[in-house]
Amino acid sequence: MGNNVLIFAEQMGGKFRSVAYEAICQGKKMAQGLGGKAIAVVIGSGVEAVAKDLGQYGADKVIVVDNAKLKDFTVDAYGKAFSEVVSKNDPAVVLLAATFQGKDLGGYASAALGAPLSSDCTEWASQDGGIQVKRPIYAGKAYVTVKFNSQPAVISLRPKVFSPDAPDASKSAEVEKIDLALSDDDFRSVVKEILAKTAGKIDVTEADIIVSGGRGLKGPEGFAVLEELAGLLGAAVGASRTVVDEGWRPHSDQIGQTGKVVSPKLYIACGISGAIQHLAGMRTSKCIVAINKDPEAPIFSTADYGIVGDLFKVVPALTAEIKKAIG
Amino acid sequence: MNIVVCVKRVPDTETKIKIGGEGTKIDPAGVEFIISPFDEFAVEEAIRIKEKLGKGEITILSLGPAEAQTIMRKAYAMGADKGTHLNDATECQDTLAEAQALAAALKGMQFDLLLFGKQAVDYDNGAVGVQVAKLLNLPVVTRIIKLDVADGKATVERESDMGKEIVEVKLPAAFTAEKGLNEPRYPKLMDIMKAKKKPLEEKPAQLDAPKLSIVKMDYPPARPPGKIVGEGEEAVPALVNLLKNEAKAL
Repeated sequence: MGNNVLIFAEQMGGKFRSVAYEAICQGKKMAQGLGGKAIAVVIGSGVEAVAKDLGQYGADKVIVVDNAKLKDFTVDAYGKAFSEVVSKNDPAVVLLAATFQGKDLGGYASAALGAPLSSDCTEWASQDGGIQVKRPIYAGKAYVTVKFNSQPAVISLRPKVFSPDAPDASKSAEVEKIDLALSDDDFRSVVKEILAKTAGKIDVTEADIIVSGGRGLKGPEGFAVLEELAGLLGAAVGASRTVVDEGWRPHSDQIGQTGKVVSPKLYIACGISGAIQHLAGMRTSKCIVAINKDPEAPIFSTADYGIVGDLFKVVPALTAEIKKAIG
Repeated sequence: MNIVVCVKRVPDTETKIKIGGEGTKIDPAGVEFIISPFDEFAVEEAIRIKEKLGKGEITILSLGPAEAQTIMRKAYAMGADKGTHLNDATECQDTLAEAQALAAALKGMQFDLLLFGKQAVDYDNGAVGVQVAKLLNLPVVTRIIKLDVADGKATVERESDMGKEIVEVKLPAAFTAEKGLNEPRYPKLMDIMKAKKKPLEEKPAQLDAPKLSIVKMDYPPARPPGKIVGEGEEAVPALVNLLKNEAKAL
């Protein structure tokens, strides 16, 4: 039985994403508890040069699969490469970030290795020589504590929950480059085109501040007042399910049980009544502000601060006041 | 074109979750159960493909308790042709064991497309589609928002960390549906009546012993009570002051 922790270090265009550092720092702590090593895995094309930097975040060793065919992420090819590395290393824990890539790869590795899986974990602890995790279910309406009865356990960590430690420039990691035989079968799915995000648009899951709108906005043009406040704060604009179902805002902006689950530092809910499926998606925000003309709206019971009033008057006043306050 | 859609019975998203007596499962009393919304997008997409091509057969596969047949009939009313219910009275909480049972049942089926929702909105692991595809050695594309099928291949649009991607994949293949793929239809009364007569096979789910256990289920920590700062735009300066100096959120 292995006692190492194998960590998928997610990169995009040859640069590590912050979730990679989050995972490595937690992976190092898990490995210390298990008496093993933290081994990072980097997969991609042209990624060998950056791999050694992961030592500064706690990786004892970095395994690199660098192959021109792996330029674009597909579950099939990355999954094959990742699970081969995992099975050669017999770890106690396989750790990923619960991003789109991480969730897909975790599922693939779990099936390939016959290993139990828990996605989107928000806490973990060493328990009886293994790792126990806590994770939200029903979009956060409840949490479960999970223990694994078999090794390895495949665990993905919810992004932005764990802060990475500052890098220690004095540390470095041994880098092992490995070649894997990839067959045509691993490339049955091919990325033909990437349509990049709108420049400057911040994804709701990555934003520190979200200004979110609901039915109270009355129509797509109503969002202009939210866009203005969001622009000032460097915030993302979110939306309730009703608004998305009406076609006022894109699906990718929806917050709630059938949209995205977010936990920004500040969430400003404007004209959102607070349906239970919406609250599930944003209740872990650090500070919640509600602006709604209905004093009985359920959103007020979840908010830290509320203003009862017409959002079309309150939000522009808020934009003006914040402009004054932050100069 | 034959399409299999895997669907799961889950509590309605408007449900307030109550933890049951034993503390590791929810209390189902008074809960309304639905097809997991992302699975419903997958069912709708299968029907649209069949309507477009004018031929093919849509099979529903669902693992769950006896009551899962109710949501299977809902998929039938939308337009699916037949289905298999993998009966699990144990309320399996291990996604890998569920994926293995689904894969075992799928091994005997012929299909070109295998569709899932991107996640079931109960345990939210978002893994079963990928797990089943891997177990069956099928290519898989996740979180699709557009699906076109022609000449033995599918062209899909999907959400990724980069933005959006166009992916091409050879069939047979598996896909998981994201919101935005389509707008599911409401079945007509006549179709609901017809759905009752469509074939539904029941088999026990071949579930291995789970490789993980739920130690306990908890409610999320309660939020501290909030306050109404005031009414209208007159309350804005006080709010900004609180955000800046009390919450330190600005």
